[in-house]
Amino acid sequence: MAGLPPSVPPRKSLGNIRRAFAPWANPAARPLVTFEGVTKRFGGVTAVDDLTLAIYPGEFFALLGPSGCGKTTLMRMLAGFETPDSGRIAIDGQDLAGIPPYRRPTNMMFQSYALFPHMSVEDNIAYGLRQEGQPRTEIARRVAEMLALVKLEGLGRRRPDQLSGGQRQRVALARALAKRPKVLLLDEPLGALDRKLREATQYELMDLQSELGLTFVMVTHDQDEAMALADRIAVMSGGRIAQVAPPEVIYENPATRFVAEFVGDVNLVEGTITEASEAFVSIRTAPEGLVIIADPPPGLHPGAAVTVALRPEKVAITHAEPPQAVNKLAGEIWDIGYLGDFTMFQVKVGGEGGPLFKVALANRTRRVERPLAWDDRVWLSWDAEAGILLAG
Amino acid sequence: MAVPRRLLRLFVVGPPLLWLGLFFLLPFAIVLRIALSDSAPALPPYAPHWEGWSRLGAFLAALDGETFAVILADSLYLDALLSSLRLAALATLLALLVGFPLAYAMASAPRRWQTALVVLVILPFWTSFLIRVYAWIAILRPEGVLNLVLLRLGVISEPLRILNTEAAVLIGLVYSYLPFMVLPVYAALERLDRSLIEAAADLGAPPLRRLLTVTIPLAKPGILAGAFLVFVPAVGEFVVPDLLGGPDTLMIGKVLWTDFFSNRDWPLASAVAVLLLLLLVGPILFFQRLAKGAAA
Repeated sequence: MAGLPPSVPPRKSLGNIRRAFAPWANPAARPLVTFEGVTKRFGGVTAVDDLTLAIYPGEFFALLGPSGCGKTTLMRMLAGFETPDSGRIAIDGQDLAGIPPYRRPTNMMFQSYALFPHMSVEDNIAYGLRQEGQPRTEIARRVAEMLALVKLEGLGRRRPDQLSGGQRQRVALARALAKRPKVLLLDEPLGALDRKLREATQYELMDLQSELGLTFVMVTHDQDEAMALADRIAVMSGGRIAQVAPPEVIYENPATRFVAEFVGDVNLVEGTITEASEAFVSIRTAPEGLVIIADPPPGLHPGAAVTVALRPEKVAITHAEPPQAVNKLAGEIWDIGYLGDFTMFQVKVGGEGGPLFKVALANRTRRVERPLAWDDRVWLSWDAEAGILLAG
Repeated sequence: MAVPRRLLRLFVVGPPLLWLGLFFLLPFAIVLRIALSDSAPALPPYAPHWEGWSRLGAFLAALDGETFAVILADSLYLDALLSSLRLAALATLLALLVGFPLAYAMASAPRRWQTALVVLVILPFWTSFLIRVYAWIAILRPEGVLNLVLLRLGVISEPLRILNTEAAVLIGLVYSYLPFMVLPVYAALERLDRSLIEAAADLGAPPLRRLLTVTIPLAKPGILAGAFLVFVPAVGEFVVPDLLGGPDTLMIGKVLWTDFFSNRDWPLASAVAVLLLLLLVGPILFFQRLAKGAAA
C-alpha cells in the first residue's frame, strides 16, 4: 500500500443529516435565538438598525459583512456586553433584557482569544465550571474531556504564552465549550491563524459542531470562512441584513447588488428590460447597447431598470464563435491572471470604452502553454440561467 | 575608526555609576565613618577613629562598635523601629485600600479624561510637602476644620482628639504617599486587556469574582510596586510623625532626628541610620522577588 495516503478513519455519516437540515424552511420549527426589531446606536451612529432574525437549534450561523456593518455589535448584544436601545433578544423564548453576561446561556470565543495569562491551560478551561460551583472531581473530568476534544492532552499545565497561536485558539475554544452553552459565539474564530492551519481548523470546527449538536453563531468578514462553515449566512450591511440564506443561495442567488458584489467575484452590467415573456427576458445595456438574454424573474416588466450579475466561472471563453449560445459577446483579452487552480481573464467587450468582463477558466490540464493569449479576439458565452437579475 | 564596544559601554554605564558613587556610596561612607567614631565635645561633635589607610591598625584597635552596642542595649531604638515598621505597613495597607479604587476609577474613566486625572493625582507635588503636612494640623486640631464640620452637622458632641495621635500620623502618611500607590496601580490597570474581564463575565463570573480572580491578579505587579514605593519611605518618615504625631508616637526617623540635633550625638544617630538602611534592604529584596514572581 506504499505511496497511498494514510487511511482516514471512518466518519459518522453526517452528510445526509446535513443535507436535510433546514429548520428555517419549516414553519413549525421553534427558533433558539430571536432578534426582534433590535436597534443599537453609538452616539450618532446606528450600528444595528431595526434588525429581525431567527437562529435555529443546532444551526451553524454566520454573520458576514464588511467592518462596521454591525455584525460584532449584534453578537455582543447576544452575549450581553451591549444593551439594545430598542427591540427584543430572546434565547429559548426567554427575554434576555436585563440579564447580565454572567447569567446568559451563551459562551464566547473571543477574537483575541482573551486567555487569562496568569492561569494554566487547565485553569483557563476550568474557570467557567468553577463559577458554577461544580465539584472538584467533575471539573477535573470536564477539563480532561475538553483537552481531549481539542487534542491538547498533556498541555494542561502550560501557560498561554507557552503555546503556539493554533494551540491558543484551541484552548479558547475548549474554554468556551466547557460549560456546554446553548449558543456558542465565535468572533472571527480563524482570523489569527495562517492559511494551512485555518483550513484544518475549519473542518475540525464543523465536525465538532455536528458532534456536539450545539448552536454556533459566528462573526466573520471572511466569505470563505462563512461559506465553508455555515448552514446559513446573514450578509449584513449598514446595520441591516441584506440576505439570510444557505451559502449556495447567497452565492448563486444573491438578493441584492451588495450581496452579489460582497460574496465572490461578479460581473455587473446595468440595463433595461426590452422584452419579457414566459420563456426569457431580453435586456439592453446602456450605454454599450449589448443585448443579454436571461431567465425571466418574477415581477419585472419591460422598461424596468435591472442589473445583471454574472459569476466569472459561469462564462465560457473560446476563440471560435459558439453557434448555439443564447448569450455571446465578442471581445479582446485585456489581462490574464494565472492563479494555479484557475486563470482569470479580463476581456474587453464591445471595442474601445466597452466594459471589462471577468471570466474564470479552470486549469484542468497540466499544459503550461495555454491557447489563450493577450490581445486575442475571443467569444464569451453563457446560458440564459447564468445571469442573475437584480432590481435597480 | 569604530569606537570599541567596551569603551562605548563604559560611556553608557559610567555616568550613572559615577552618580551613585558620588551621591550614594560616598555619603554612606561618611555616615559610616561617623557611626564608628566616638562622641566628643568638638565641632563637629565627634572624634573619628578612621584617619586614612595609613592608620588602619589604630582604627581596628579602637573599633569597639560602642554606638551599635548602645542602640542594641536601649529598647527605645528597637521599639521605635518596630513601631515604624508597623505604622508603615498599616499606612501601606490603607494607601492600597484607598488607592486601588481610585486607580480603578481612573483606568475606567473615558480615555480623554485620563491624562487630566493623572495630572490631578500628581498636582499636590506642586506644593511643598512640608506645607501640605502643616495644613493637616489645621484640619485635624480640636478646633480645626474637621471637628468644626462634624460638630455643626451634629455627628459628634465634642471635638475629636485626632491631632498628636497615631491616627493623625497614619492619615498624614497615607495622604503623603497615596500618589505613589495610585500611579503604578493605575498603570497596571490601564494596560489590562478589557476582553479578559469580558471573558470572565462571559464564563459566569459576577463583578466581585472578576475583580478577585482576574483584575487584582493581573494588577499585582502594579500593586507590589505601589506598596514598595509607599512602605520604604514611610518607615523612615520624619516630618509626618514630628508635625502630626504625639509624644507617644515613636518612629525611627524622629528618634534619629532627636539624637542628631537635640542630643548632638552624631555617632549614635549615624549608627541608627546605618542600621535602618541595612534593615530596609531585607524588605526591598522581598518586594523585588514578589514583583519578579508576579511579572513571570
